Amino acid sequence: MLLLDLIILLFAGGALAWWSESRSAKAPRWLALAFLSLGLLYLLGGVMQIPEQQFSLIPQPDNPQTWLLHYRVDWIPRFGINFELAMDGLSLILVTLTLLLGGVAVVSSWDEISFRPGFFQANLLWTLAGVVGVFLAMDLFLFFLFWEVMLVPMYLLIAIWGHEQKAFASMKFFLFTQFSGLLLLLAILVLASIHANNSGSYSFSYFDLLGTAMSPQLGFWVMLGFFIAFTVKLPAFPFHTWLPDAHTQAPTAGSVILAGILLKTGAYGLLRFTIPLFPQASVDFAPVAMALGAASVIYGAVLAFAQTDFKRLVAYSSVSHMGFVLLGLYAWNILAVQGAVMQMVAHGLSTAALFMTAGALQQRLHTRDMRRMGGLWHNMPRMGATAMFFALASLGLPGLGNFVGEFLVLVGLFAVNPWLAVIAAIGLITAAVYALIMMQHAFQGTPDPQRQLTDYGPREMAAMGVLIIGLLWLGLYPQPVLDVAQPVLESLLAGGAP
Amino acid sequence: MLDFLWLIPLLPLASAALLMVTAGSLPRPLIAACGAGSVGLAALCVLLTGLSWAHDPVPRQMELWTWMQVGTLRPTIGFYLDGLTLVMMSVITGVGFLIHLYSTEFMEEDESLSRYFAYMNLFVAAMLILVMADNLLFLYLGWEGVGLCSYLLVGFWYRDPVNGAAARKAFVVTRIGDTAMALGLLLLFTELGTLDIQQLAELAQGKWQPGDTTIVLATALLLGGAVGKSAQLPLHTWLPDAMAGPTPVSALIHAATMVTAGVYLIARNHELFLLAPPTLLAVAVLGLLTLLLAAFTALNQHDIKRILAYSTISQIGYMFLGLGVGAWSAGIFHLVTHAFFKALLFLAAGAVIHCLHHEHNIFRMGGLRTRLPVAFWSFLIGSAALAALPFTSGFYSKDQILLAAYQWPQIGPWLWAGGLLGALLTAIYSFRLVFIVFFGEAQTEPDRQPGWRMALPLSILCVASIVGGWISLPLAEALPATQSGHPAAAVEWISIAIPVIGVSLAYLIFLGRQLDLSALVNSGLGQRLHQFWYSGWRMDALYNWLWVRPYQFTARLLKDEPVDLAYNGVVHTSVALHHLLSNLQTGRMRWYASTMVGGLIVLLAVLARAG
Repeated sequence: MLLLDLIILLFAGGALAWWSESRSAKAPRWLALAFLSLGLLYLLGGVMQIPEQQFSLIPQPDNPQTWLLHYRVDWIPRFGINFELAMDGLSLILVTLTLLLGGVAVVSSWDEISFRPGFFQANLLWTLAGVVGVFLAMDLFLFFLFWEVMLVPMYLLIAIWGHEQKAFASMKFFLFTQFSGLLLLLAILVLASIHANNSGSYSFSYFDLLGTAMSPQLGFWVMLGFFIAFTVKLPAFPFHTWLPDAHTQAPTAGSVILAGILLKTGAYGLLRFTIPLFPQASVDFAPVAMALGAASVIYGAVLAFAQTDFKRLVAYSSVSHMGFVLLGLYAWNILAVQGAVMQMVAHGLSTAALFMTAGALQQRLHTRDMRRMGGLWHNMPRMGATAMFFALASLGLPGLGNFVGEFLVLVGLFAVNPWLAVIAAIGLITAAVYALIMMQHAFQGTPDPQRQLTDYGPREMAAMGVLIIGLLWLGLYPQPVLDVAQPVLESLLAGGAP
Repeated sequence: MLDFLWLIPLLPLASAALLMVTAGSLPRPLIAACGAGSVGLAALCVLLTGLSWAHDPVPRQMELWTWMQVGTLRPTIGFYLDGLTLVMMSVITGVGFLIHLYSTEFMEEDESLSRYFAYMNLFVAAMLILVMADNLLFLYLGWEGVGLCSYLLVGFWYRDPVNGAAARKAFVVTRIGDTAMALGLLLLFTELGTLDIQQLAELAQGKWQPGDTTIVLATALLLGGAVGKSAQLPLHTWLPDAMAGPTPVSALIHAATMVTAGVYLIARNHELFLLAPPTLLAVAVLGLLTLLLAAFTALNQHDIKRILAYSTISQIGYMFLGLGVGAWSAGIFHLVTHAFFKALLFLAAGAVIHCLHHEHNIFRMGGLRTRLPVAFWSFLIGSAALAALPFTSGFYSKDQILLAAYQWPQIGPWLWAGGLLGALLTAIYSFRLVFIVFFGEAQTEPDRQPGWRMALPLSILCVASIVGGWISLPLAEALPATQSGHPAAAVEWISIAIPVIGVSLAYLIFLGRQLDLSALVNSGLGQRLHQFWYSGWRMDALYNWLWVRPYQFTARLLKDEPVDLAYNGVVHTSVALHHLLSNLQTGRMRWYASTMVGGLIVLLAVLARAG
């Protein structure tokens, strides 16, 4: 029940925040923060009660008892569609990240939104509810439903509260995601009908669809449908072009959850569905997927360096970092996949902080153009120092979480394909180039003596502090996260490629 | 004390954390006390550690916790203590403390004192981790950490974009080497399944014969990291620019400690390098080329700090030469004596700059012998050691390297001759500096004298630069012995005579002016050669043309997202189709009727054909 409660809690919190808008302009944000904190506490409290040894069990598809949490009711029995939610270590990590970054997103937009603040928070919470559903759904029909649920409010966040080119950016976002959603739906339907032909009864259950037998050609095309749908979301080169526009135009909270969480649904889809459902086709396709990953790493880094818009720079850096995730997933050994998961979490934290910085800069300077910044360390040392920290995380400094992710991916990848590992490692150099030029343009250089700016206050420093501690923890003692993910990743690996 | 090894890096780390969190809100004397005191305490701990280790000098390993465990990868947060570690720790905390003490006066008036000491302390912590780590991944953490602190401190005065550019150059160029090193780690782990340094050595000896391709490749990648950090060819170009940082930073990071990390890395993994003779040869040849290239450049500089920077590059070249010819202990010995006399020279240069309104150009100094006696004596002693004049510390260490080079089979005598040429140039350029800055006519008057916090570290380093050659380092267990045997007495005598000849030449040219080279210097060829060497053999221009420009060009080319052209193509096609179809909808009955009839005819024709 906990899993269902969690989703209902977020939906209800969103509705309540919307309703409270008419009473007070400040109530919605407090409500949103309260509901997210409540959700996080509820989740962690529930997880605490799970016996210790449950965490080391390998989740079995046919035995819900081996999962951490499980919930299932019949929904549309005629087509074998169930309302089935389940949580293993991987979902636990990602749902926790979602709720945590949701809170950070609310804090980051604290006094940015004056137009319809309640509806804003409602959309934020509904997107998060959709994301949580995506991470928990074990029925592909339900998964698709949540996939759409998370996108529509996100579209509204960009379209209503975005910046100067919000109409263009939100439409681009919508078209890319709807097109990929359509592919996903088609692929799911084809897969379900193949299964129905084989077994004589309909089912959309993940566990039933695993191991569906089909001809290699058909398998390839259905796999490709899943793959493209999820790599658009990830995003990887060449499906990434919606991302810089959407990120740049979205309000701060939107960018934070877009980069911090929504991109991870793409990686999650690849890891949970694409590769395990089509093990053979994925093995054949792995070189292409890894080449796209390596291309993303380098292409994203070069374009990040080319940008003059602070937010766009951070957006392209995400393309580069998610390239490591794609590489790790398709290298498909325990080192690389653990690295990909770690990279997802660490990138969520570091990029959320960088987008928050971008939002704070825009709020104070009314521009994102780095050519009009410079020397801001002098005006706002706290902002400068925290930005430096996250720029360093972003360039993969050892001791911070991103390094653990990237290093594990590289180790795993090197055993599979050393040359791609060399190309990806070049990404470590190019990352330094864009991250440091960003610091130079914005925070170093000659300060403008006329400028009067307020530095971060306690609220912002608290959010930054949480993210800093998180990245240090992941960088120096990542074992708890690795241990939680270990059983499920092993079971996926065992069921996946030969 | 051996059980509290972790306390040594923790002390400066805690101080750095405290200074960062308080962000300058502490009273300034407390900031200075914290910054210098933490390193002083760490030095004390190193001393105690050394004393208790000396009772039972066997290597010790100490694991704090498992960093991460995935599959067979299990790097730890753990330390390894042997003679080599102890030597490095002593240099880092000992010389480091003196430089911190000096900084409390040098940086007294800087508004960002807290930030300065936070970075400096963080550096000391990272450098200690680098030398104490028991596995290559934890070492890599320290390795990147010192690179970060170097970046932060070179760009410390961030308001001048020139400093920012120098800092970025330092970070990015060294990161090229670091990435090679990371690939070396990947290769070693993939082949041997561990990153623990001692296990690697053991497993490698069991797995490979000397000269096997894989180990040659792996060591070459590690060497890539070493040449980046230690500013050797071809990645040395960042170090002269790094002089943009405050002078004590140059003394600590860019002379005494961080830039010698590459030497440490090779010495620490000597078992691996011994399995790869081609890599060792590359180490020796790169060292020789670098020491000559940098010596020629140093001879042509005007900026006091750039002269010292090139001389650092050159001296590390000697260390590489020593490692390459198997004189492991001599390489480390030179590292130690160099730390003393180069820190001394930088700090003395800092005193000159500090007392002379931030003047860097040696031709605007002169006659400072009587005006700044402390700086003069420091410089004189430091330069004597740098030039390897007999009975100074630099003499003993450099002599050992040159003799080992001479005895190296095949190209040994050539390496020796090259090293001697370098020694001659070193003597000339270091005393050129002394004669121009401290003798002759005064150009600029000093406006102050160094106080005790600057004078005391200088005096201690003066003593160390002289007697440093007489200490014996506990390296016998940690590093293989240099092959013994004495070459002919003539070889010894030449090694002693060369620096003396160099100093005499410098005297004749720059002070006594008995030797007039102005005709040679002012000739067309002389001018061009001077410019060529002044620019550091045009390496910066070459790299600009080879790497920087093409990268910037590519970035500009791609800036507006060429991939979008494809998607926009879809959009434009749909819009065009939309216009085409909407134009059909004209609202004129006659047009509709005629198209209907036309369509009917076509349809009938098709059906008739089909039928």
